[in-house]
Order: sequence, then C-alpha cells, then structure tokens
Amino acid sequence: MISTRRFFLKTLMAGSALLAGLGSFLKPLVAFAERNSAAFSAKTEAGAIAKFFPDQNITPSDAITISVHDLVENGAVVPVEINTSLPETSSITILVEKNPNPLIANFDLSPECSGFIATRIKMAKPSDIVAVVRSQGKLFSARKFVEVIEGGCG
Amino acid sequence: MASSIKIRTSIRDGLTTVRSIIRHPMHHGYVNDPETGNAIPAHYIEKVTVHHGDKLVLQCDWGRAVSANPYLSFIFSGAKAGDALRINWIDNKGESDLIEAVIQ
Repeated sequence: MISTRRFFLKTLMAGSALLAGLGSFLKPLVAFAERNSAAFSAKTEAGAIAKFFPDQNITPSDAITISVHDLVENGAVVPVEINTSLPETSSITILVEKNPNPLIANFDLSPECSGFIATRIKMAKPSDIVAVVRSQGKLFSARKFVEVIEGGCG
Repeated sequence: MASSIKIRTSIRDGLTTVRSIIRHPMHHGYVNDPETGNAIPAHYIEKVTVHHGDKLVLQCDWGRAVSANPYLSFIFSGAKAGDALRINWIDNKGESDLIEAVIQ
C-alpha cells in the first residue's frame, strides 16, 4: 500500500516537474514580464511615480528633450518624441500629470537602443508631460506643458 | 487575416530606425458609447516586445492613454539588412499578435 502511494507521489512530482520544465521552455515565445498594475492605475502623478520608482530620487535634467506641440487641438492623438543624450539609457517613462491615470507608458531599452522613443498619447486636458529617463541606474526627468483644446479621454 | 502590425525599418550609419503602427482600439474604459449609453469596456495593449533575432531590444508597458492604433518608433544599433525583427503585443483581454519582419 505504502509503496504504491510512494509511487503515486513520485509520479506526481515527476509530472509537475516536467510541466514546469515545459512551461519555462515555452516561455520565451510569450516573454512578457510582470506588469506594475498599481502604478498604472494610480490617480496622481506623485502616486504613480512613488509606485513605479519606489524610494528613488529623480533629478531634473536638461539632457532630456520632449518634442511635442505646445498647443494640441485633439487630445486623443498627441504625438510625443522623447530624446535624451544621457549615457546608458535603460528606460524612458512618459507621464501626463493631469490624466486620470498619469502613467502612460514605460519603455525598457536594451543597451543597443538609442535614447529615443516616439509614440502618440491621449491627454484629457491641458497638462504637463513628464519624461523620466533611467541613465546609469539613476533617474532624471524633464517636463513640458501642453495646451489641449479638446480632451481625448472622454 | 492581415497582421495588426505594420513595420518600416531603415538603416543609416549603423543605426536602425523602426517605425510601427499596431491596429488596436485602445479603449481606456472611461467613456460611454454615444449610441447606447453603455460604458465601453477597457481594451488596451499592456505589453509590447521587440526582438532582433533572439535578442530583446525593446519592451514597452503601456497604460490606457496610449492613442488608438498606437504608433511606436525607436532606434537601435547592431542590425543589418536581412535580419529578423519580431514585434509581439498582448492586451488586457489576453488577445495578442506578432509580426516577423525583415530589416531592410
């Protein structure tokens, strides 16, 4: 009786190990890392930054350029370009201060990437756009005010 | 069905510029349908990854406020014409798509 139970347990363990192994083997096909949902659902800029960059100092920097029109008619489509000359840029994060969820997007750059990202975002109302750049492990930021005539967040 | 992703690449001075557009509604879930008055449920891309060959070059986490039919452009080094570039995305409903393109 005991031996069969041993056998059953062993098979169970071998089976689950096999499944785990198979799981890690399949993973590279859908290698999506864990998402920081709390930061994305934060309702204030300070809250989003506190959740996304816990206990880290952010220094304002002139080496980050936010290219965006000063005046935007349609807040649903606001083209934004972030450029930075900071060395070893490993991430670029875009926030819109007065959006319902200020954290818009985070881009993790590999060492091969230049310090450049262009995308299009929605803005609910006139607000600062904030770019946070991680360079050599430290955080730097720049901000730029954008006037929005018609909000893009309903 | 055609892929939801369009890619254009160009190489200059060893740097590859990638420009891409993904066809996706990107509903943020805060707006009502003007005809029915019902809320349009949130439906937006949460993750995008870009691989050059087997190497991860860019990983994006997106919130609700990336515009509909998102545009993404970035620049990276080390690629040559004929290399493979793969873009994957997955949204908050678990839908996903990918495209394999050839860098030119």
